[in-house]
Formats: sequence, structure tokens, C-alpha cells
Amino acid sequence: MDKLDVRSNELVPQHIPLSREEEKELLKKLGVRKGQLPKIRKSDPCIKILEQIGEVKEGQIIKIVRNSRTARISTAYRMVIKG
Amino acid sequence: MIHSLSKKIQKIKFAYLSPDEIRKMSAIKIITADTYNDDGFPIDMGLMDPHLGVIEPGLRCKTCGGKVDECLGHFGHIDLAMPVIHVGYIKEIKKLLQTTCKSCGRILLPKEQIKEHKEALEKVEEMGGDILDFKLVAKETAKDASTRHLCPHCGAEQSKITLDKPTSFRENGHKLTPKEVRERLERIPNEDLFPLGINPDVLRPEWTILTALPVPPVTVRPSITLDSGERSEDDLTHKLVDVLRINQRLRENRDAGAPQLIVEDLWELLQYHITTYFDNQTSGIPPARHRSGRPLKTLTQRLKGKEGRFRSNLSGKRVNFSARTVISPDPSLSINEVGIPVKAARELTIPVRVTEYNANVIRELVKRGPTPEEKEYVPGVNYVVRPDGRRIKVTEKNAEPIAETIDVGYIIERQLQEGDIVLFNRQPSLHRMSMMAHEVRIMPYKTFRLNLCVCPPYNADFDGDEMNLHVLQSEEARAEARILMRVQEHILSPRFGGPVIGAIHDHITGLFLMTHGDTRFDIHQTIRILSRFEDIKLPKPKEENGKKYWTGKQLFSLTLPKDLNMSFKSKICQNCDTCMKEKCELDAYCKIQNGNLICGTVDEQVVGAFKGKVLDKIARDYGSDRAREFIDDITKMAIGSIMIFGFTTGIDDEDIPAEAKEQIGDVLSQAIKKVRDLVNAYQDGILEQMPGRSLEETLEVESMKVLGQARDKAGQIAGKQLGLENSAVIMARSGARGSMLNLSQMAGCLGQQAVRGERLSRGYWHRTLPHFKKGDLGAEARGFVQYSYKSGLEPTEYFFHSMGGREGLVDTAVRTSRSGYMQRRLINALEDLKVKADGTVRNTANTIIQFEFGEDGIDPSRGIQGKAVDVDDILLDVLGEKVFAEVIKEKVIESYGIQEKDLTSIEEMGEEE
Repeated sequence: MDKLDVRSNELVPQHIPLSREEEKELLKKLGVRKGQLPKIRKSDPCIKILEQIGEVKEGQIIKIVRNSRTARISTAYRMVIKG
Repeated sequence: MIHSLSKKIQKIKFAYLSPDEIRKMSAIKIITADTYNDDGFPIDMGLMDPHLGVIEPGLRCKTCGGKVDECLGHFGHIDLAMPVIHVGYIKEIKKLLQTTCKSCGRILLPKEQIKEHKEALEKVEEMGGDILDFKLVAKETAKDASTRHLCPHCGAEQSKITLDKPTSFRENGHKLTPKEVRERLERIPNEDLFPLGINPDVLRPEWTILTALPVPPVTVRPSITLDSGERSEDDLTHKLVDVLRINQRLRENRDAGAPQLIVEDLWELLQYHITTYFDNQTSGIPPARHRSGRPLKTLTQRLKGKEGRFRSNLSGKRVNFSARTVISPDPSLSINEVGIPVKAARELTIPVRVTEYNANVIRELVKRGPTPEEKEYVPGVNYVVRPDGRRIKVTEKNAEPIAETIDVGYIIERQLQEGDIVLFNRQPSLHRMSMMAHEVRIMPYKTFRLNLCVCPPYNADFDGDEMNLHVLQSEEARAEARILMRVQEHILSPRFGGPVIGAIHDHITGLFLMTHGDTRFDIHQTIRILSRFEDIKLPKPKEENGKKYWTGKQLFSLTLPKDLNMSFKSKICQNCDTCMKEKCELDAYCKIQNGNLICGTVDEQVVGAFKGKVLDKIARDYGSDRAREFIDDITKMAIGSIMIFGFTTGIDDEDIPAEAKEQIGDVLSQAIKKVRDLVNAYQDGILEQMPGRSLEETLEVESMKVLGQARDKAGQIAGKQLGLENSAVIMARSGARGSMLNLSQMAGCLGQQAVRGERLSRGYWHRTLPHFKKGDLGAEARGFVQYSYKSGLEPTEYFFHSMGGREGLVDTAVRTSRSGYMQRRLINALEDLKVKADGTVRNTANTIIQFEFGEDGIDPSRGIQGKAVDVDDILLDVLGEKVFAEVIKEKVIESYGIQEKDLTSIEEMGEEE
């Protein structure tokens, strides 16, 4: 049996890897270095799957779009770290 | 002013002190256990040697020549006769002993593995991993190594080493002396230290075993001279005396070739003294005690915990320019003000710099001296600081000559005057409203005075509460306080977006009496109320039978903004099925048109703290200045009104007619009988079991239900007898104080007492009290109280009631300590977070915590019900009520206020408080 793709669960927010250019733009907009972003571990179930597909490497930034009680939809960014 | 730091701390390194370093930094070697000689002079090479610094004024330090405040003191040292283990490093020592070979000192891992671990560590360092990651990897190495039984380097067999708490090691049951331990640690080669997470450049493991003990400067352990002339030494000194004494004996015995047993005993004793010198609460050994039996406060105790150096001297300090006294109420003050006693005002000062513009004024001020005797309070001057930094105390005698010398560049310390801004605070400071800025009003007597409306945010009452006051010393601080911390800026709470400052208790009662129904005031009463206001016009009177009168609603409307329009239900609303709106019989439908209260009663839902809808709307739409004015006005109005009506309550408010009492008695005895039937049914085995419950549980639930209903019914019967002419009912219904439940417990019946949500069942063998039969499950035997506070309780009932009451007390005690600890943890974790200009939440390292504050970037105290704007309210404003009603059909026009579910939670919190 194929392993379940956790991304198909409605409770799992959308994880979108950013391209190089997008990353640059984002960091410029926020005025931060990569290391100042929140982190996400490579062992995170979502990142594991993205890694298998080959979309994510360590140090890359992931955009996470989730439902929010206050703002309906909110975006967060996280840098992939090892672990 | 320094605007930026020119230097930045790059890193901090921690290492152990080596014996060489200890000796090098030592000013003198201590060998004598005595402190002072008979003439009161310190003994040379004793614990109070003048080389260690000075504590007595007039003397000079023998090391640096400094006087008392110039010399910080110097360390000395004690050479230990035999090495001793340092308790603070015991874990590291254990780790090192277990991971290294007993004969060759290498890590118990093959060369390749050591290399691997080393590389892993280097990688962490390279990747910029923090100390935690580093420690984790090093721990892994230690774990791997400690499982080996044979040394891969020299082949020596390893035996198991156990820690015999607190400071001795055992190898196969044989005790290792600190000397042996030290020898083993010495054998560990430098290159094997790095994989274990130790940097050999800064420390060697054998330094964990002490051969020399640093002696802190006397300034760290000053001796006190008592009134009797007797000297009393510091706890640390006492401990060091012990160490020295035993050290001396140990050396003598060892040198004299005393039996091994005696030497070992003394060695143990030295270990004990040094261990307790570092930490007198080490588990496994009895704490060292003072002659009086009090445990000594040694090094660890000085630093640790709430009373330790960190929490009580570094994170928090006692400060100057502050005052503390009992508080009392004064409704004539604005919420922005605080009344300060003259005595306190004369002590608290504000520095004022003399410039060419204010020089003359200040000279006059100084001329008054520190206690000017004018009719009214005028500020004097306590100190004058000359440009060269000399402080001169101003006295009545020298005031005039000093005033003459005042020139530009001087700074004077002026006493408080009316209008100064100060910070006012009440502990526990749980939220930002616990410390707000007030304007000073100087008043007679000895208490701080405050407006009653600011009691809720401080959670203050006047049963002896004390509050603190801080006087701001810089212009910047005063400006910031005035803009950000003034009371009027905190009317709306960021916790739930509603007002925390508003009418309470008598204010609500007063306004209720004034506005309920068709209340009329004649000219005398009207003027008496309005005379409290500085600038107010008498509204147009109404006339009946040639007599002029004003309605309460008319007078209340004077406080409202002239263009205020809103409508909602008052607190007294009974939630009828069909709302009669303006024609409501209870006068519970509030309608305000162009700043006039057309109908409805003003009560908690209108102006109360936490709930007042009008208050909320004014604070939001008209700004904090208008809201402050409104609150000040309703305070005056309410006090004026209640003083005309007079208001009192007593136990006879709960008098109910005999028929009602009989009725209640019938209801209760029926309920009790019903419970008896239930119990019988249970005992006969014919009680129908509820799904998911055992038979016993079913009985409990059923009887609780029956008795609960009975209590409610009794309350209803009693409530029917008590109308709105009853003071207690007025308070309960208007939301001023108390509830109808409180009333029904006074007039009707107290109801079932419970512990942990269940009927009372414990106490004696199969019964609660010996007054009942064993196994009695009836209502009376299980804590049902059928009498009221008014009628008085049966002895058994009184006991049951105490049981329930005790549980409540215990719960609050437990809850406050637990929530206090939680709050502390939370604050420690979040204290450095800040919302930056771009809306992100970041910490001091500038790393992002949240990409938008609260994900939506809305300040709850500015938004409405969590939204940035209230579309309905804007529509209502723009379209007018009629069109708006058409646009939003069916929807009740209840635009303002807090969501229902928030309200209940607030209510619950209020009750807890």
C-alpha cells in the first residue's frame, strides 16, 4: 500500500516551496536574513513528502498558507532545516 | 545622552578556575581560622585580612590602597591539604569517569569512532549550531563510550563507576578518593576532550577537583557590629572558618602520620564543609546550621530562587522616587487623577534644570525652602545640585542664600505639584492596566485617593489595599507616560476589546434609580445633582400642574455626546419572546437619539465596567478624551442621584411573607420525598439505569437534578415576593452587585452542597455525620441544605455548608499559586517580543515570530469584536435607522457591544475575582 500523502488531509495547510527569485524578493521585503525566519524540520511529514518529490532542499524557504481564525487566510514562511 | 552602544558583546566564554588561576588572583593566602584579635583588629592571614578589601570606613585596603567605596575587594585563597570534589561539577566528573579508561585515560571508543564523533561536533560548530545542539552531540559520544567494558586502546578492563550521592564515587563497591579521581582526570589527553564537548584550551577536567579554594573578598561577606559591640560574622565567613579549621587539622594529622582512618574521616569532613560552602541544600547531606539552628545561607542560596540575587536584586530592584500607602476612594477626582498626601508630595521630587528662561522662577521656588507655609499647598525644593555635581540639601535656614547662588546649569529637585504625571501601580501586576499614569492632585490626610472607576483594572478595593507610586524623572519618560500610559488610554482593554474602566457598584445603582421609568426631580434636587459639574447648562424643564420638573433620563442625557445614536437592551431585559422595543414594560429597551436617552434604563449593560455599551461606543468613536469626560460625568451624576434617593440594604430586604415560606417548604419537602423514593427504588432494584451510567451514578444524577430544581423553584418563589422596590433586587437586577442566585440563597434555600461536583458522602463509616443512619442516601444525609441564610441552618446543614465552602477556599489558594507560576513562565518566554513597524512580531535577535501580529494585524482594543471595522455600524450611521433596518432585514439592530460568548467568559472571570 502506498503511504498516505499527508497533504491530502484537510487539516494540513498548504506547503509551497519558493523559487530562488521568490526567496530573494521575500527576504528583501521582510528585511531579514534567512536564518531569522521560523524553521521547519526536514523530518516534518509534509517536508518529507516534498523532499521525495525532489522539490525541497535544506535551507529552502517554504510558504505555508493556512486557515486562520482571525484573518481567514494567513501566510507564513519557514526555512527547512535538518532534523 | 548616549544614543548607541559603541561596543557589542560578541561572545561569552565559561570555564573552570584552575588552581593556578585561583592562586594568581589571590591577594593573600589564608591560614588562620580566626577573624579579629582581642583589640578588634583583623588578624593577618586570617579571614578578615585587610588585603581582602575594606568594610570599615576610614581604613584603606592593603592591596590597592582604596577606601571603602573605591575598593571592590580582592580574593584570597586557602591551600587545601587534600584535594576535594566540587559539588557543582559532580555530573561532569561522573561523565568523564564513565567514558574514559581507568588506566590510560583515553575515551572508551576505537580511534575511528572518536574521529567520527569529533567530525560530527566540528560540523555542528561549522553550521552555526547553538550550544544546545553541541551538547546533544557530545552527550551522544558519552553515551556510546560509557557502555564499553574493555579499553580499545590499552585493553584494560573497565569496572562500573557509580555516584554515591552527593560527592563520592564507588568502583565495584570500593570508594574512590578525590585524589584518585583527580589522577584519572589528569590522564585524559587533550585531544580526547573535544569529542566530549570540552575545549581543552580553556579548561582541564582535573580542575573540577579543588586543590585550592578561593576566598571571596570581605565586601562579599561583611561582618556586622551589633549595638552591644559584639561582632556578628556573615554565614560565608562561618563556613570558611569551618573549612580552615578542618583543613588545618587534616594537614597536622597527615603530616604527623596519623592512622589512615582518622585522616580519611577528616578528609570526609573537609569535603562536607566545602560542599555545604557551595550549596547548603545538597540532597543527601544534612544542611550546615548556625548556632541557633537556622540553616546557613551559602553561595548557591545567595543566588537561587525568588529571594536570590537574580530575581530580587537584578531582575527587580527597590527604587527611589517611589511611595506606597493605603488607598481610599474619591469620586470627585477624575479617573486620570490620583490624590497624593502632602507628606508624600514633599518627599517626592522632580529634577528641574535651570535655564535662563526659568532662572527667576526657580530662585523664588528655592527661596521657599523644603516646607513652604502657604495656605494652599505649593511645591518647595529639597535639593540643589550644582554644576560641579555637589548636592546641597535645602533647609529653611539656608534657603535664601542658596536661592541667590542659583544660576543657569544648576539642577534643583522640586517637590511634586498638581498636574505632574506619576505612575500608579497595584500588585499583582498581571496586565498592562496594573500600572497606569495619573495626574497628581495634592490632598490632605495620609492615603492615596483614586476614582472608583479605576478599581477594576487595578483589581483594587479599599479594605486596606496599598498601592505604589513612582515619580518619573526625565522629560522623555513623562511624555511617553502621558501619551501611552494615561488612564484614559486604557479604557478599552486589549484582552477582549471592551471597556475595563467604567461605572461600578453604587454608580450603577445611582444611575439606575435616576433613569428607571419616569423618575422626576424637582428644581432643588436637579440643582443639587448638577452642582457637582463645573460647566453645565440646566436643560429645559418639563411642566405638570404648573410644577417644573426634570426627568432622570433628561439629566443623564447631559453626559452623552450630542450626536450619539444607538439602541440596545439593558441588563434588566428579561429576553421576552417578542420584544416590545420602545414600549417595553420594564423600561429595558434603551434608545439614544441625538444624545438623548429616549427610553430605557441605564444599568450595567450601558455604563458598567466590562459591559457598558455606551461607554464602549464613546471610547471608540469619540476618543479617549471624550470617554474620560463621560466617565467622570457619570460618576458625578450617579453619586448625586444616589445621595438624593438614599440607598441601603439589610437582611430584612429578604423578608418574605409566611405564605411564600410555606410554599417553599412544600416544594422542598416534596423534593426530599422524591429523593427518598428514588433511594427506595434504588434499594429495591427497580431504579431505571441511565445509559452509560452505573446504578449508583444514576441515583446521584437523578437526586442532584431533583434537588437542583427544587432550589431553583424555591428561589423563584422567593424572587416573586421581592420586587424592584427592594434594594437588594435593584442591585442584582441592575448589575451593581450580587445576583438573584445570591438573593434566593438568602431568602429561599441554600440548596445542595457539593465537593468535587458530587453530593457529600465522606466523613464517617458509610455516612457523613453520626446524626444519620449508616448508608442513608437521602437528601438531608448527603448535604442538602433546605434552609436559607435568613432563616438559619440546622447544625448538620451548617457543617455541610462549611465543607462546600472549604473546597472553594482550597481551590482559590491552589489556583492563584498555579496561575502565578504559569504567568511567570509565559512572561519569561514572551517578554522580548515586539510588534515592529511592518506589522511583524519579532524578538530581540530580530528573528520573526509572527508574520503579521495575530495573523490579521488587528489590535483588539481598537477593532470591534475582533474585526478592524464594524460595517453594520457604519451602515447604520450613513443610512439611518430606517433604511438600515430594510437593508438588514430580520436582524436585530444591536450594533454595538461584545459578543455574547465573550460576555459569559468575562462574567465568569469577574466572579472569580
